[in-house]
Amino acid sequence: MNNLEINRKKNLKIKRKKPGRPVKGFNNNFLNKDELIELYKQMLLIRRFEEKAGQLYGMGSIGGFCHLYIGQEAVVVGMQSVSLNGDSVITSYRDHGHMLACGMDPKGVMAELTGREGGYSKGKGGSMHMFSKEKNFFGGHGIVGAQVPIGVGLAFSHNYKKDGFVSMTYLGDGAVNQGQVYESFNMSALWKLPVVFVIENNKYGMGTSVTRASAGRSLAERGKAYGIPGIEVDGMNIFSVREAGKEALDYSRNGKGPFILEMKTYRYRGHSMSDPAKYRTRSEVDAVRQQKDCIENLKEVLQEQKITEDNLKRIDSEIKSKVSAASDYALDSSLPNQEELLTDIYI
Amino acid sequence: MSNIKMPALSPTMTSGTISKWLISEGDIVTSGDILAEIETDKATMELEAIDDGKVNKILVKEGEPNISVGTLIAVIGEENNSEKISHVVNQVHSEIKEEESNSNKITISVREALRDAMAEEMRLDEDIFIMGEEVAEYQGAYKVTQGLLEEFGEKRVIDTPITEQGFAGLGVGAAFGGLKPIIEFMTFNFSMQAIDQIINSAAKTLYMSGGQMGCPIVFRGPNGAASRVAAQHSQCFASWYAHCPGLKVVAPWSASDAKGLLKASIRDPNPVIYLENELLYGEKFEINNESEIIPIGVGNIVSEGNDATIVAFSIMVGKALNASKKLLENDVSVEVIDLRTIKPLDIDLIIKSVKKTNRLIVCEEGFPFSGISSEIIAQVQENAFDWLDAPIKRVTGLDVPLPYAENLEKLALPQENDIVNAVLNVLNKVN
Repeated sequence: MNNLEINRKKNLKIKRKKPGRPVKGFNNNFLNKDELIELYKQMLLIRRFEEKAGQLYGMGSIGGFCHLYIGQEAVVVGMQSVSLNGDSVITSYRDHGHMLACGMDPKGVMAELTGREGGYSKGKGGSMHMFSKEKNFFGGHGIVGAQVPIGVGLAFSHNYKKDGFVSMTYLGDGAVNQGQVYESFNMSALWKLPVVFVIENNKYGMGTSVTRASAGRSLAERGKAYGIPGIEVDGMNIFSVREAGKEALDYSRNGKGPFILEMKTYRYRGHSMSDPAKYRTRSEVDAVRQQKDCIENLKEVLQEQKITEDNLKRIDSEIKSKVSAASDYALDSSLPNQEELLTDIYI
Repeated sequence: MSNIKMPALSPTMTSGTISKWLISEGDIVTSGDILAEIETDKATMELEAIDDGKVNKILVKEGEPNISVGTLIAVIGEENNSEKISHVVNQVHSEIKEEESNSNKITISVREALRDAMAEEMRLDEDIFIMGEEVAEYQGAYKVTQGLLEEFGEKRVIDTPITEQGFAGLGVGAAFGGLKPIIEFMTFNFSMQAIDQIINSAAKTLYMSGGQMGCPIVFRGPNGAASRVAAQHSQCFASWYAHCPGLKVVAPWSASDAKGLLKASIRDPNPVIYLENELLYGEKFEINNESEIIPIGVGNIVSEGNDATIVAFSIMVGKALNASKKLLENDVSVEVIDLRTIKPLDIDLIIKSVKKTNRLIVCEEGFPFSGISSEIIAQVQENAFDWLDAPIKRVTGLDVPLPYAENLEKLALPQENDIVNAVLNVLNKVN
């Protein structure tokens, strides 16, 4: 067993709070080849899309704030792959990956980043504020933590309509110290609302390490006072994410109330495009990239499943051309018509 | 002899109803005994005996409505002083008769109007629910939601924890999810805890989503000064919310407007800030057409006149009308406009009136700086400068946190006489 394998096996463990439960090792959730490839494609799409967004930002085609999801792909792809069509999704401003995982068109997302009329918000929302009612994606919120009570409201509406769907409310490790998160925990537990809180702990809230910002041992335990179960999950491993995601979604869907998943993940880029990320060392980032990268790890699984290099290359170029098409569309799409300035303020 | 009078059991209570007497004439009571249950404007309270004695006379029957604070309701004493008691009884009965003769018209309190508006809309649309602190089992901190839990059940009438930012955000999410929430703030002072959700989430999302994600929600509750509840509980938020694009802001005065506008607000697909006034809840108004919907954005001329125009909203409309009556005694005829909606502002109605009277006074209870009156003045001078024969006057609250002391509070808030003086001033008739 080489170092990489040892590390991988170690990282594949789901740390559970309940003692005496068997620790699952490597487990591909009994997915067939096609399903594995689909997960790989989705993660790769997010990776390449974000890299392209970074380039376009550098060229001045994307303005304002732009927060890239690179490194965290397994979290949202894993979670969405075990959700139902009809479950609602809401997140903060690091949202491009969530939109793609919800099935939103990369062209429309990229065109919104470039502020064009072909964007999901007709160029009026930008990177942090995109929505798709059709795909049950409810934003894209620029205020840290504000999406959490809204996510509980979505759960409230599922419960009210008894439609059997769950609200998947994503938040970062920075948001967990906002007061409204606990107001949301309290109400969702009190009323047993179908909501899964997915805390994406990428170790840094903006430029501050989570250890310098958060008291207590584990973010998964932040719901303890409200009786909300929480588990820590290896968010770099899509199988761990899926397994935990299934458990949490089942729990909430069955009327037992909210569930917290702390996804231990990592972002490779700075907080936003303008962040030089001086608060961590280059070697820290490199170590994660080399040992825990969610896409590389899944790629190895695919290789073990005898998926050929040619096949992998074909997937690569398919994704690349999809992203290029999105980028071309985003650059070719017109600037919004001036009349758009004064529409959509009221219905 | 100890005279038991209708007590004031809340800051805004002006009258009450004895819902139950727990004593009978002839009973001996000791200090601390519960004499009666009294229904106030907010709750049903118990009245305790302060002194020992014999219940000589009970002067007000159970269920008799609107017994004014200070009215003698029972006499407890050592002996039966029949002469004095019969005098008191006659006085009480004549007061009640007067009330009855005045109540032949169809009148309704603002509180009932608001409740009826919600109930009528909730009967029509299953997606409407009301949520807030003590709106359900307690029947509303100001009894505005009285009876709703009984009729609509706990699924649609929901008591929340004290968690304004949380339940405001929850309401926004529920609206995104296809429901039509009515979110009650116990007072709008507490909406400051939730203002991020109101501004950044409710008001802006339609625009930020390119028109995809509307937020059909009503945030309602009492706004402005009440009665000696001091700075943190006495503020008008009209200009705060009207400042932000994406919100509609409604602030009615009369009961029919309160009802018609709340119905319109609930049906509106946009987020609506619906500002009530605690002091108006108990005020009764004649109501015309019970199920009439008053469109948002349309002001109303409540009194016609020629010499000057007074623009007001919410509680200031009543003060403006009283001022106009005083002015009429001085042969000054003013036109009083009730804005009813702050945003969108019915500026056309104001300008039309200014073109007739050529003088304008704008009233608001809130602070003067960047107030609604400032906005109206700006728009009038942009659109009707040449029609003005005098500088426009503002009558507003002072630029101070509202004080507690009765005299200071009165000085800080705009009064009828301030309006009278402002009108006389623009007419060069300073008294």
